[in-house]
Amino acid sequence: MDQYVPVLIALILGGVVALVMTFASTMLGVKTHSAVKDEPFECGNPPSGSAWGRFSVKFYLAAILFIVFDVEVVFLYPWAVVFRQLGLFGFIAMLLFVLVLVVGLVYEVKKGGLEST
Amino acid sequence: MVPTSYHLILSGILFTIGVTGVLLRRNIIIIFMSIELMLNAVNLSFVALARHFGNMDGQIIVFFVMSVAAAEVAVGLAIILLVFRGRETVNVDELNLMRW
Amino acid sequence: MDMTLPAVNWLSVLPTLLLSVTGMLALFWDIWMKDDERSLLGWLSLTGIVVTALCSWLLWGQNDVESFSGMFALDAYAVFFHLVFCLVAGLTVLMSLTYLETAEIRHGEYYALILFATVGMTVMAAATDLILIFLGLETMSIAVYVLAGIWRQHLTSHEAALKYFLLGAFASGFLLYGIALIYGATGSVQLGPIAEHVGAQGSSPLLLIGMGLLIVGFGFKVAAVPFHVWTPDVYQGSPTTVTAFMAVGVKAAAFAAFARIFLHTLGAVHTDWQGILWVVAALTMTVGNITALVQHNIKRMLAYSSIAHAGYLLVAMVAGKELGGAALMYYLVAYGLMNLGAFGVVVAVGRKGEPHEELDDYAGLGFRHPALGMAMTVFMLSLTGVPPLVGFTGKFYIFSAAVQAGYIWLAIIGVLNSVVSAYYYIRVVVNMYMREGEAIVELPSLRSALGAAILIAAIGTVLMGVFPSASMSWAGASFLSLG
Repeated sequence: MDQYVPVLIALILGGVVALVMTFASTMLGVKTHSAVKDEPFECGNPPSGSAWGRFSVKFYLAAILFIVFDVEVVFLYPWAVVFRQLGLFGFIAMLLFVLVLVVGLVYEVKKGGLEST
Repeated sequence: MVPTSYHLILSGILFTIGVTGVLLRRNIIIIFMSIELMLNAVNLSFVALARHFGNMDGQIIVFFVMSVAAAEVAVGLAIILLVFRGRETVNVDELNLMRW
Repeated sequence: MDMTLPAVNWLSVLPTLLLSVTGMLALFWDIWMKDDERSLLGWLSLTGIVVTALCSWLLWGQNDVESFSGMFALDAYAVFFHLVFCLVAGLTVLMSLTYLETAEIRHGEYYALILFATVGMTVMAAATDLILIFLGLETMSIAVYVLAGIWRQHLTSHEAALKYFLLGAFASGFLLYGIALIYGATGSVQLGPIAEHVGAQGSSPLLLIGMGLLIVGFGFKVAAVPFHVWTPDVYQGSPTTVTAFMAVGVKAAAFAAFARIFLHTLGAVHTDWQGILWVVAALTMTVGNITALVQHNIKRMLAYSSIAHAGYLLVAMVAGKELGGAALMYYLVAYGLMNLGAFGVVVAVGRKGEPHEELDDYAGLGFRHPALGMAMTVFMLSLTGVPPLVGFTGKFYIFSAAVQAGYIWLAIIGVLNSVVSAYYYIRVVVNMYMREGEAIVELPSLRSALGAAILIAAIGTVLMGVFPSASMSWAGASFLSLG
């Protein structure tokens, strides 16, 4: 446990210094108030409106279509790991699987699911 | 090593939380999230059991459950959206067009 | 590292493959076709279904075909159900050819979804692996969720889709947890090893909970009390042809997997689950029939009636053994024919913008349209269980199987329920023949696809009732193929 003593000392020192600084500045500093200064501090862009606003339905469509095709990749990973051992059979099986996905993709594109306007 | 029973108990607790959520909450989206929690609790069981038995069945089924859940999400969100556009509500208690 | 590749027997998945390819063709053709050619999609689907049925017919008898390392079996049991699903899907498509016009549903995906749902059903009936059964169930369910909500103009259809989706997903959660616990108890998800393990070691607490969760999951899908609350709303709100498809196809598929798992795989521990199913069966029959008495919307009434019929089917499950299994399969066909016919009549009575789903709309139908009235009378009497129609023979087989297995009280409850059900079925007939109709609407000629569907269902209802032995022995042989 001995090797942790310096860490403990550093922790205590850090806490003490922070406390002393904070109290010293409230005790000794001069205070001026202004409207801008009293606002809660935020970094980055000023907030504009609630995050619960509505999005265009197009985003849902794109997101939903993305999820479906994205998750199918889960079958490609284990296949890729043993790709060499599976040989031709595995290759053809995966080709068929991807072909079915392509059917879905063509349908999606033709129905206008990916048009952004 | 953490014994398998711990995982199963955790999975049981998560599943129960999901069931409770479905039964008690009234917001469709939250009900839906609870259902997803149930499915993922079961996934935890499968993975724990697969390690326990040392066979792959349990891990493979998790892949299938994940993709099925994704398909379910796609269809489910579309249906929720359809209902919301027609009724302007996501509260299941207000969906009562059909009563005898 | 050397891997053993699965011995693939393509014959075993041939029906499933044919239906999938037809479904994808229908999806593709819909993209490039003109709007007024939509009915061609129906005929394409019908062709695919008929070809699949013929192939399944030819595959009958190949009992030893097992494929994909024992995940998929083409036993007579699976072939029997393939044929049932082809019949259900075929009649649904025939009815839809007329119905989609009157309901103004213009989505070409409709037929593709029917086909994909049927694909899921065939997987459920043929799978001998719990993962595959789950996958089949989801393939079927997700397609049917969409179908329930495809009537975009009607808010009730949206609501039906949402309720069906939420409760269906909830139920598949239970089913999946049941599968996980059975995997935990036996160390396998394949039905063969599970049966061996259960036969050698008997039951364990984990297995018991797993079985209970499976019963909950399947109970939702077959609409058994107390998991039936979604049924009336969903059946009433969905497009009528979809309701027929749900009431018959989904139920038959759920029972196919349910019976394969419980009667065959878990048959060694039947004392553990028969008690629960006894109570569920009795409750399902009673609640379904009693609630149906007070309905005045015909689709809602048929929904409660379908709950009651799930109860009769559960009686066959409780009876078990060869007799119960065969009775279950026979009654599923019987129930399919008469229920599809009844929904066909409901479709025929509906008009553009006016669904005519109230019981009052049937007043005087027997005089306005004698053929339709006659068909509806046959279906209603058959659902009641009046000899010599198929509903009677089916119930007779079920209750005699129950009595022979020693469940005399369950049989008595079932018979009493049939008597109660006579009230609401006969009420439709009384409405058609004993009352004057107020608004006289013109009905379509029955020489349409819809008429053909109703005719096929009516002929089947009568013929299978008069000559039951052939189909019954067929069902028996199929059930025995489970081994």
